[in-house]
Amino acid sequence: MVDLLQQPLDIVGGLRLAANKAQSLRSPLRAAPIPERLIVPLGQHIGDPAEASVEVGQQVLTGQVIGRSLNYIGAPVHAPASGTVCDIGDYPVAHPSGLKATCVVIQSDGQDRRAETGLRMPAALAADPADIRQRVRDAGIVGLGGAGFPSAVKLNPGREVELLVINAAECEPYISCDEALMCARPEEVIAGIRIMQHALQARQVVIGLEDNMPAAFDCLKRGLEAVGETAIRIMPVPTVYPAGGEKQLIYALTGEEVPSQGLPADLGIVCHNVGTAAAVARALGQGEPLISRIVTVTGAGVREPCNLEVRIGTPIAELVAACGGYSDQVTRLLMGGPMMGISLTSDRLPVIKTTNCILAASDAEAPAPAAARPCIRCGKCAEVCPAYLLPQQLFWYAHARDFDKVQDYNLFDCIECGCCAQVCPSHIPLVQYYRFAKTEIWDLERQRARADVARQRHEFRLERLEREKQALEARRAAAKKGLETREKSGDADAKKAEIAAALARVQARKSGQAATPGTGAPDDSANTSKANR
Amino acid sequence: MLTAILALGTLAALFGLLLGYSAIRFRVEGDPIVDQIDNLLPQTQCGQCGFPGCRPYAEAIAGGEADINQCPPGGDSGIQALAELLGVDPKPLNAEHGEHTEARVAVIDEQTCIGCTLCIQACPVDAILGAAKQMHTVIARECTGCDLCVAPCPVDCIEMVPVERALATWKWPYPQGEHRPIADTGS
Repeated sequence: MVDLLQQPLDIVGGLRLAANKAQSLRSPLRAAPIPERLIVPLGQHIGDPAEASVEVGQQVLTGQVIGRSLNYIGAPVHAPASGTVCDIGDYPVAHPSGLKATCVVIQSDGQDRRAETGLRMPAALAADPADIRQRVRDAGIVGLGGAGFPSAVKLNPGREVELLVINAAECEPYISCDEALMCARPEEVIAGIRIMQHALQARQVVIGLEDNMPAAFDCLKRGLEAVGETAIRIMPVPTVYPAGGEKQLIYALTGEEVPSQGLPADLGIVCHNVGTAAAVARALGQGEPLISRIVTVTGAGVREPCNLEVRIGTPIAELVAACGGYSDQVTRLLMGGPMMGISLTSDRLPVIKTTNCILAASDAEAPAPAAARPCIRCGKCAEVCPAYLLPQQLFWYAHARDFDKVQDYNLFDCIECGCCAQVCPSHIPLVQYYRFAKTEIWDLERQRARADVARQRHEFRLERLEREKQALEARRAAAKKGLETREKSGDADAKKAEIAAALARVQARKSGQAATPGTGAPDDSANTSKANR
Repeated sequence: MLTAILALGTLAALFGLLLGYSAIRFRVEGDPIVDQIDNLLPQTQCGQCGFPGCRPYAEAIAGGEADINQCPPGGDSGIQALAELLGVDPKPLNAEHGEHTEARVAVIDEQTCIGCTLCIQACPVDAILGAAKQMHTVIARECTGCDLCVAPCPVDCIEMVPVERALATWKWPYPQGEHRPIADTGS
């Protein structure tokens, strides 16, 4: 039984950071132009990438499926604009590895001709939840908050849902795309939330946002009043980074803690991002799959920071151009916010479903990391950790590559918010160590799984060889036994008689040949014909 | 005197029976330490250690016939794990048995392959598919990169290539720079 608190709590730890959201909220949300070329990666979500279902040279319409997903944890990919598929191949994507991924490149024809998607569902609030999930899946909707987990899977938690939390607490500085969405299209957000509530059969719904978003609060409130919806509560939570973390927000709203390595579903809670709700409303209301999203383009490095509605696959350079281009202060380009974003090496990389922010940062906004010094065990990192962890211990063991010990200290409860690294007086890149340890542990697990398969196959092979050997031996033994029994049983005389008969035949033939060469026994004619052949 | 002997004798008999019963009732099949060692070995079945597979090597380690530093595919981390399990000091990899290399996978040049089946017979995990006088190919997912198929190939059409790095299996690198935690109060 989960209940909402009257007064939301402060999260554990965390930091009060300068919001820096006003810059991008100054101008209203607008649509970015459709670029000439869109680069659409086939893997934009958690789970295996989709499989290309179009060919090079094929004409596609806006919203047409270009990548099919075969796994349960997966999402299809749609053409973000009409045009021609001009390539399917490996292109660089926004990933810390700098590796390439399979992308479908579409040359836009500039007409944005829409495909009939069949996603529309006029009576969604009376429909079967399984139908809604199927359409959400077909629309390619994934969590737009950042992780990109397929939403249809999260709409099917496999148990009764007490509370649906709509995460609108955009806690990271600079990012304002959710706020812009709530201010510009509250009716869409509310329609999506109602569909999600129906799909989950959730008893209660709450929209959690930070208390520094009064405009969004008012817009949502008016939107709820306009449709006469009284069951959805809006709760502002104290503005502390990272209050928008799923577990943190649930704690702030309900006072309940998601168990270590558990899911909110263990408490009967499901959490969806507010942008995801709007995407659901668009898909089921207007039949538009997830082909665009709102991206904050901000930082001192762009001339006119703002929020843009962007087609998936648009190169980042086009967004910056739509915001007046770079200013002369730009030194770094980040995808995401200053705390959790990843550094980009190029602005030709495409926007994907999980891109919430492009931060063209100046030196002051994203300073180069200072030289690290030894840990002095001041404990500041533990004070700000929102997950009750001991960052200095995690660092100690990750540094020593002691992967058992680092898990004993609950490494996998770390949400990589970066608070510990931010306050570290020794400037140790703590989060990098945790990421290193996490991927290393996953790799070891994969290796172990592979080794288990190899062991099984090897044992099976040995067994098979042994079986074949035994079968051969059995055959040999049987043959030997057959010979022996024949010898043993009294037909030794028969054999002798056989040999004698054969000798007699040869004798007869010889004598016959001597007497009448050419014409003789039928045996003979057979022999000669054979010889003549 | 007699009571003492009787009492002790009875106790001895009782405990003897109890021990005998538990030996049968709680009998452990196989040698658990061999299983534990085998679990730490990479299961490439490459034989570089000098034994015909990972399990024989595990048995040899358990029997004290082989050292823990004879497995090149396991590398230093493998030796470390074995040392921890067995409570001995880790030591560097014995160079006689080869060097630790990146994970690799066998690739058959299908144009050159003559279909002799020799590699199929050599593969310890049945990861090569083919038939006599038919083209062969490696099931990359099952290949352990053991190299055993390379030598028997009469036309030299098998190559060991490093496993391609993929986004899903990418690892964050160890952070650059010296971030030494202070080790002790003396420093």
